[in-house]
Amino acid sequence: MTTSREPIVQVRGVSKSFGVVKALRDVSAEFYPGEVCALMGENGAGKSTLMRLLEGEHRPDEGEIRIGGQVVHLRSAREAQAHGIRVIHQEPEIIPEMTVAENIFIGDFRARSGIFLDTDDLFERARQLIASLGISGLLAAEQPCRDLGPAQRQLIEIMRALRPGAKLLAFDEPTSSLTEDEAGHLFATIRRLREEGVSVVYISHRLKEVLELADRCIVLRDGAVVASLPVTEIDEAKMVRLMVGRPISDLFHRRVRQLGPARIELENVTTKKISNVSLTVRAGEIVGLGGLIGSGRTEVARAIVGVDKVIAGKMRASGAAYAPASPGDAIRARIGLVPEDRKQEALLLVQSIRDNVSLVVPQKISTFGFINSARENELANKHVAELRVKTPSISQPVGKLSGGNQQKVVFARWQASEPLLLILDEPTRGIDVGAKAEIYRLVEDLADKGIAILLISSEMTELLGLSDRILVMSEGRITGELDGATATEESVLDLAMNHNSMKALP
Amino acid sequence: MNAPSTTQPVVGAPKTSIFGRTGTQNISLLIALIALLVIFTALRPDVFFTPRNLINIGLAITILGILAMAQTLVIVSGGLDISVGSIVGMSTMFLAVAMQWTDSTVVAVLVGLLSGLFAGAINGLIIVYGPVNAVIATLGTMSAFRGIAYIINNGNSIPVQSPALRMLGTGTLLGLPLAIWLLIVIMAGFMIFTKKTIIGRNVYAMGGNPTVARLAGIPIPSYQICIYAMSGVAAAVAGMVLAGRTMSGQPASGSQGLELEAITAAILGGCALTGGKGTIVGAMLGVLIIGVLNNGMILTSVPTFYQLLAKGALLVLAVIVQERQKARKGE
Repeated sequence: MTTSREPIVQVRGVSKSFGVVKALRDVSAEFYPGEVCALMGENGAGKSTLMRLLEGEHRPDEGEIRIGGQVVHLRSAREAQAHGIRVIHQEPEIIPEMTVAENIFIGDFRARSGIFLDTDDLFERARQLIASLGISGLLAAEQPCRDLGPAQRQLIEIMRALRPGAKLLAFDEPTSSLTEDEAGHLFATIRRLREEGVSVVYISHRLKEVLELADRCIVLRDGAVVASLPVTEIDEAKMVRLMVGRPISDLFHRRVRQLGPARIELENVTTKKISNVSLTVRAGEIVGLGGLIGSGRTEVARAIVGVDKVIAGKMRASGAAYAPASPGDAIRARIGLVPEDRKQEALLLVQSIRDNVSLVVPQKISTFGFINSARENELANKHVAELRVKTPSISQPVGKLSGGNQQKVVFARWQASEPLLLILDEPTRGIDVGAKAEIYRLVEDLADKGIAILLISSEMTELLGLSDRILVMSEGRITGELDGATATEESVLDLAMNHNSMKALP
Repeated sequence: MNAPSTTQPVVGAPKTSIFGRTGTQNISLLIALIALLVIFTALRPDVFFTPRNLINIGLAITILGILAMAQTLVIVSGGLDISVGSIVGMSTMFLAVAMQWTDSTVVAVLVGLLSGLFAGAINGLIIVYGPVNAVIATLGTMSAFRGIAYIINNGNSIPVQSPALRMLGTGTLLGLPLAIWLLIVIMAGFMIFTKKTIIGRNVYAMGGNPTVARLAGIPIPSYQICIYAMSGVAAAVAGMVLAGRTMSGQPASGSQGLELEAITAAILGGCALTGGKGTIVGAMLGVLIIGVLNNGMILTSVPTFYQLLAKGALLVLAVIVQERQKARKGE
């Protein structure tokens, strides 16, 4: 380790709130040159918010950021870039109609004779960068980005940050869409950067990677730093305890449930995005669906609720033939979906909690199409109280609630509809640990009541802790089935990478 | 921190009144309205605040009021209908022609309303099955429907002889013009629809977030077609009032520029152009402001050209104020 003890970037006593949500509380951290610092914590722990502050996207409410010892007030991503801070985002912004080279060097085009874009120089620089990463087999500089997969897009985002002048490079879960091979190239690059004296911040919740790569580790929980220590002092049990704030056994209860009849059966279902998917979820059963981002898990959900058209294969819902033409058909078959992105796909943010809860059960709150306010209030109050949504009133707009409470409103909606099958797509994304524990209990309770649950999750603790059975997907196919009680992070990842050979270039 | 959050569950449920929450927006509109009344009363103390002139304002806003309420629903659903002014003109022409051919007011009114229904349904079909952006689709039909209105009688108006329509245009009931009663009835209908029916609620949902609405099983395409059809019918009802007032079918006079005023009123009333937000009461307050402004500008002899300038500025100003508020609230 070539760590000199002058930090490049220092964060001191920083707090940041969004409405009622305290995203960061009094966070202090130092990032040194020539060091890889892992930033760990569950979703919603504050890792991303901290990165947004460093890249000038948000400003701290309290506290200060120092770069090279000087206090800075970063007001834009441009200013942060000028200070040598680069953040590599998990979901890269790619301009599809431009080439790979253009996407990498956007904002840094060089001109010939003062005005004309120097394309030769552009492609040459891109080729060099691609070659230095050892990924010439995956990307070509001249290729348009339109048809690139998530992994290739991720690589472009990484190369953008590798342009000269970087002092601090932050990677936000860079391997979530990479295969092992690609990740290997990335790790080599990160090690080289460390040798060159760059400070690397590595966000991940994959412990294995962190142990392999990082020198030091900062753990965040609920917006506060709970530990900062060398990786040599860490093992898995300790890390989980730090991240979650309690032993795993407190979060999940693993009850043996009486399984009822099959609520959903898929037989070789094929859509544009998935092929030959067969699965069954029975009443009272929690079936986990694991895999990498983009492996087709969400698309299975979309097929079941009638958003994506089924091209081949058959579905049965509670034993009856089922071919939904629209989400309305799914609701009539008493199938509910808690989607991945609750703000974009589940909630009407300006509307009240009441309106959101009653959305899918108009028949319960109306007579001849006219709303009965008393009945509606009663329904909303009942479910909001049952799920302990923290709010002064059911008239409160949903947008004003914290992430955890918003998610509870989504659950309240489906509880009100008395579903037979509930599909949960990343049900705890972006919510704090306390609310997470409540959601876990809720999911277990729903299964106890005999509701069939299909759980899509990228969070290993959650997938392993809740599922009775785990099906793993890769490239739109199911690659294996594991028993929930004996599955491990490794066994899931093995199956997730299984058929994962990225399409070679033409 | 480990204990699950155990804040007291919710009790008490405020009633949803059909008047909605009297938001700060409506209060500022009321203040603006009162300010305008005071200003014009001060400028023309002899004529402005007289029962006769106030009834004049009421009559003048009937047509605009009907259009603004329909427009509110369109905007709440996430769309925009700028063809309404043309549909008003076109429907008066169909009504007048039917009146000439059949000499039956009932048939004439039905033909007028049907022409509005068809025009609106065509808008909806283009928007859904094009699919064409609502602004572009209705910009196109705005010109097309106006064209039809001119084609019907070579650009000339057609007289309408119908005592019943004359009643509607000029008659009174309990001291108020019949047209104002019609406006009040329609307003009550719209308020009940938006606040008290499942379909009305769903319109807010689809405008607020189409993805959520679709996943909740709301058939958005059918809703869209119905909403534009409704907007067309509302324009035809406004056309019926106009025909009653002028006793003629007018291809352009009296209906040109109505879309601008209707949209301005809806936005003044708090409609978000992104959809999902807006109230009937707010839109009617917007209509009153525009009505008072129009009337006051005429009484204080503001030249017509400057009136147009003022109305255009009002629309842009309303949107600026709305965006600023949104930025401040951090939405």
